[in-house]
Amino acid sequence: MNDFAPALERALKPSLPGLQGLNGLTRLSGGASQETWSFDAVCDGGVIPLILRRAPDGQPRVITETSTAVPLATEAIAIEASRTAGVRAPRVRHVLKPEEGVGEGYVMDRLQGETIARKILRDKEFDAIRPDLARQCGEELARIHAVELTPELRKVLPVVDGPTQLRRYRDMYDLYNYPHPMFEIAFKWLEPRMAQAKRQALVHGDFRHGNLLISPRGYEAVLDWELAHIGDPLEDIGWICTNTWRFGVQEKVVGGFGDLQDLLAGYEIAGGGTISIDDARTWIVYGSLKWGIMCMSMYQGFLRDHSVERAAIGRRSSETEVDLINLIIRGKI
Amino acid sequence: MMDQPSVLELVLAVRDFIEQKAMPELKGHTAFHARVAANALGIVARELEHGATSGDAERARLAKLLGHDGGLMELNRELCTAIRAGRINLGTPGLAEHMTLTTRDKVGIDQPNYGGLKRLLADGI
Repeated sequence: MNDFAPALERALKPSLPGLQGLNGLTRLSGGASQETWSFDAVCDGGVIPLILRRAPDGQPRVITETSTAVPLATEAIAIEASRTAGVRAPRVRHVLKPEEGVGEGYVMDRLQGETIARKILRDKEFDAIRPDLARQCGEELARIHAVELTPELRKVLPVVDGPTQLRRYRDMYDLYNYPHPMFEIAFKWLEPRMAQAKRQALVHGDFRHGNLLISPRGYEAVLDWELAHIGDPLEDIGWICTNTWRFGVQEKVVGGFGDLQDLLAGYEIAGGGTISIDDARTWIVYGSLKWGIMCMSMYQGFLRDHSVERAAIGRRSSETEVDLINLIIRGKI
Repeated sequence: MMDQPSVLELVLAVRDFIEQKAMPELKGHTAFHARVAANALGIVARELEHGATSGDAERARLAKLLGHDGGLMELNRELCTAIRAGRINLGTPGLAEHMTLTTRDKVGIDQPNYGGLKRLLADGI
């Protein structure tokens, strides 16, 4: 399974001076076309904890209808552009080349922290920092959205603005051919409101629990940049406020840990500008609609693999309809 | 007529077996999937109990909105087409109420503990 270890060690030699060997190479997660491995590089100066993200040879990342995932090498470019601009993200140590024989992917620092929402929202060790997390997320998002869109970034990242996203999800919804009147209402409601972006920026694209690394000291980094694109920065604001990421802590709009006002205040303090509650609401509605259609796509997956998990997520589509009712009809966030 | 136990009782028996007997013997991903399976049977049980009543109420509201009766699938498709074409919108009398009640009943079957539903119920809907 890890027969690529010697090749990986050879590949890392130029990037890690004094490299003596690799330890503890362990598969963490991932599907058939995308793997995440944890390991330590033993160097003259000490041990460097690292992560390898890779797609094995000849199996490039699967781009599904639900995602705009970029190639792993592009993900590495987006991370490094952000990190060098002051965004907290893991340092990329090496981008794999085809001739190195490890596959497609890159190696980055393994940072300390927790990504599991239930722990972040419930464990005592996070009690002290939880009240400040929304503001910290706001600041961090402002920094991501301030990353200069250099010609290099513009060359590799797709432009996916509001209208494009809405069209993509409309197409998917139409393809699934199952009537959801509440989704129709949401599309109608969103079309004029998402028509014009106030500005274009680097968007992380999946800023939510699971990708946020939190430690007892607070916000550490955002991981998994595979959905990075150029688009409307409000998208990241709306997604972390979408009800599905609150994990039952309904009243804490931001990821189940904080208030929208704190997120927006942090965003403004860090130079992101002022965002109105109405603009935030528009993108929370979009987040709910998007998640609802992603639930519908789970049913399509279930038809192929008969997984009980996908079947169950299919039935979570109605959750997003109740969210859309609270947001659109009842004016609540 | 089928004999006892009822289909609802059978489903609940299987759910309880998974939750109380099987799950403690399982580990890792399989244990997680057993929980998902038990929750899915909970959906089945609630739909067996309440699905017909809420479906009838939904159909009656749809018939009133659209001006004629029909099957649930057919009426929902027609409502979608009308919303998309702009013939029916949230200003149309009865639509907001229909969506709110229909969704309340759907989520009550799918995820009765969902926060968004509790919020709706807390306001007396």
